Amino acid sequence: MSTPADTMKSGPRGRSRGTRTVIAVLYAVAVPVVLIVAWLIWAGVSPQIFFPSPIAIAEAFVNTWLGPSLTNDVIPSLARLGVAIVLAITIGIAAGTVIGLTPWLRELLEPVLEFFRAIPPPVLIPVFTLLMGITTSMKLAVIVAGAFWPVLLNTIDGVRSTDSVMTETAQSFRLTRAERLRYLVLPSAAPRIMTGVRQTLSIALIMMVISEMFNTSSGLGYRIVYFQRNYLIAEMWSGIVLLGLVGVFLAAVFTFVERRVLRWYHGIKETERA
Amino acid sequence: MSTPVSTPVTTARRRRAARKAILGLLGVLGFLATWQLIPMMGIIDERFLPSATTTLARLGELVLDLEFWRNVRRTLTYWALGLAIAVVLATALGTIVGLVPFLRRATHTSVEFLRPIPSVALIPLVILIFGIRTPAALVIIVYASFWQLFIQVLYGVGDVDAVARDTAKSFRLPRSHRLRYLILPTALPYFMTGVRLAAAVALILAVTAEMTIGVPGLGNVINLARNAGDSPTLYAVVVVTGLLGLVINLVFRAVERRVLGWHQSVRGEVAL
Repeated sequence: MSTPADTMKSGPRGRSRGTRTVIAVLYAVAVPVVLIVAWLIWAGVSPQIFFPSPIAIAEAFVNTWLGPSLTNDVIPSLARLGVAIVLAITIGIAAGTVIGLTPWLRELLEPVLEFFRAIPPPVLIPVFTLLMGITTSMKLAVIVAGAFWPVLLNTIDGVRSTDSVMTETAQSFRLTRAERLRYLVLPSAAPRIMTGVRQTLSIALIMMVISEMFNTSSGLGYRIVYFQRNYLIAEMWSGIVLLGLVGVFLAAVFTFVERRVLRWYHGIKETERA
Repeated sequence: MSTPVSTPVTTARRRRAARKAILGLLGVLGFLATWQLIPMMGIIDERFLPSATTTLARLGELVLDLEFWRNVRRTLTYWALGLAIAVVLATALGTIVGLVPFLRRATHTSVEFLRPIPSVALIPLVILIFGIRTPAALVIIVYASFWQLFIQVLYGVGDVDAVARDTAKSFRLPRSHRLRYLILPTALPYFMTGVRLAAAVALILAVTAEMTIGVPGLGNVINLARNAGDSPTLYAVVVVTGLLGLVINLVFRAVERRVLGWHQSVRGEVAL
């Protein structure tokens, strides 16, 4: 999928490159700036209890998250999230490739996998708490268990739909199994896998937050609930902003990696369109 | 389509379908047997992982309990309401923003920033604003499922073939006709994908809202069962949520096939 933004960046004809850049930047920041200013004015004119002014939130952000909480809550949470994402993607691709390449295994597991995929991931948290107690490995396991389904199922689908002519060509050229995997199966499944990865990222973030809202005494999710229960409104907002930033960061990393990994694919799409 | 004749191709296909069904059934049975054996052989204590038969027996009792069905209804009500609001909002806003290049450019960064915010981050806020009541759950559900569909509609509306659009313009098709015959057919597959994704996400968030906010429903039953140490009920309700999700997925996939019967992506699959 090529983002529509790419095609829109080429502004009206007959304007210099500099003017076009300025216009693009204006478009990018105008709405957020207007919204924040409107919020500022609104908070100044009629102060709301639940919507503190952006300045108060920014102050709370610095005081809350850049102090000891950074090492006690933020970094452990994000480390768990990172490890869990890597595990989920690795397990998903590995298991998905095996299942996708073995027709009988795929048919055997399909209904069971469909069922497990349909379970809303957050209900796994009480189950895992019961099975493993409240430990770091449980928090990791629950994120992985909730988040690896999209990668797994998309890998199965992607691997399965490898072009049959190419598979046969690879066979006649006697490519070894490893070579076929490296140069044919995984690249052709890559677009599907990346679709799965995108969903996995957002589920993993959700799972991280919720797993910390239950029965814990540290972590981002815990902190935010703590602030809410103690009516520390600006602090709570700063937590929401932090989670938003984490989400935006993950999305940005994803877009960057996707551009890299699927450069050939986007290239093909572009030529098809032209 | 012609009437099915028993050619070698169709018999082969039928045999393949039968094989698939049998293997799938075996898979389900194998899963249930494993589930049964793990607590029976003492690998995991029965208190933490009740066996398949215990759980299914409890599920049998639940099915006879009216309160259980009320909770199913509550969860599905949140789901349906949230999904409906999200679909209306996302379709309207997605179409408008998608069709007006100025709006599209101006909102791009805001959308890219708001979309990845996990909706669960808003849970504390909605509890403060609405208390432990329905609107709190709805906001969470709508926020999560809105973006799924909004992005799809945005792409769909923007995906109109350039030649077709120019042709429509040269023939001076009025705006309403362009919407009906050009934009709607182009955007419909995107829309259906978006609705399917939004439906799945809405169920996840409905159950999550019940668990974390505490509004009544299946998610709340899970919480109560966990706090009471009633693991058979916990597992039985988890199975129920999985079944609900499965039914929702299947229904929306079937609807998608139905609505897009004319579309290449569906026709291609059938022709194979």
